[in-house]
Amino acid sequence: MGLNAEELNVGDSYSEVIVEDLTRTQIVQYAGASGDYNPVHSDEKFVTEVAGYPTVFAHGMLTMGMTGRMVTNYVGDGRLTYYGVRFVNQVWPGDTLTARAEVAEVREENGETLVDLAISTTNQDEQFVLTGNATARLN
Amino acid sequence: MAVERFPVEASHILMFARSIGDSNPIYADESHAASTEVGSIIAPPTFAQASAQFDPDYFLRPKDGQKWFGSGGTASGTLVKEKADEDSDSEDEKSGSSAGGLHAEQHFTYHRHLRPGDVLTAETKPGESWEKESKRAGVLKFSESITEYRDQDGELVVTARGVGVVTEKVIEQ
Repeated sequence: MGLNAEELNVGDSYSEVIVEDLTRTQIVQYAGASGDYNPVHSDEKFVTEVAGYPTVFAHGMLTMGMTGRMVTNYVGDGRLTYYGVRFVNQVWPGDTLTARAEVAEVREENGETLVDLAISTTNQDEQFVLTGNATARLN
Repeated sequence: MAVERFPVEASHILMFARSIGDSNPIYADESHAASTEVGSIIAPPTFAQASAQFDPDYFLRPKDGQKWFGSGGTASGTLVKEKADEDSDSEDEKSGSSAGGLHAEQHFTYHRHLRPGDVLTAETKPGESWEKESKRAGVLKFSESITEYRDQDGELVVTARGVGVVTEKVIEQ
């Protein structure tokens, strides 16, 4: 497993559709697993009447988790040394998200060969919902 | 936040992986995992965040005997009642801050990956805070926190940096 350094070039990319038609149920599932029960993610009455949003929205960490699946499918299991993101737009029920990784640099550090990836996730309107970076060990 | 005991368990990893739609057997199937270079089940990259389950004071989990700010008979168990007597359309009530803020950034540095059987501690320290003006949500107040996850041997396994934001008003869609 893992990517081979000699086969990677700056600009190479990999993408996956990480969710199609995101459901409120999946958001609830993430709340239960993560322990983040903020009602803005599951409570229609609270989020519309108190928080003032049109409906519930996904945890940023759900989008980061789903995007992480694309990253580990690309670089291999247990290969990440860093993964960090910014949440740039909210993710709503019904959204279909595509996550993409692009090779920014292949480098050596402390005797290991690493790849730096630029990460982004977009919705069905091609609006960015997440941007970030990841670093992984290569063969 | 301080978590004194975060036991990493296989069933929790399985549920967490399901919730992010990740059916990779490295998160669920012991015999598959044993045949890979990793050698055992590991946790998905963002799993450390589920330490919230083991934080006794975590404010986004309803607790026995305490009022919860989500809806019950009214739209909020705590926030609305106090304000309902005043001006129900007050700007404050509609502010993003009533939702306790939003998550702006999250970063993880992996010293090694988490496995079932690990028993972690997590210690969080505040980082920097700053403000920014935005068109869609008014003044944004950011605050950073750094969490160090250590294993049963006291070794640093994951360093997390989170940034939260409180918006002046609800983000325009």
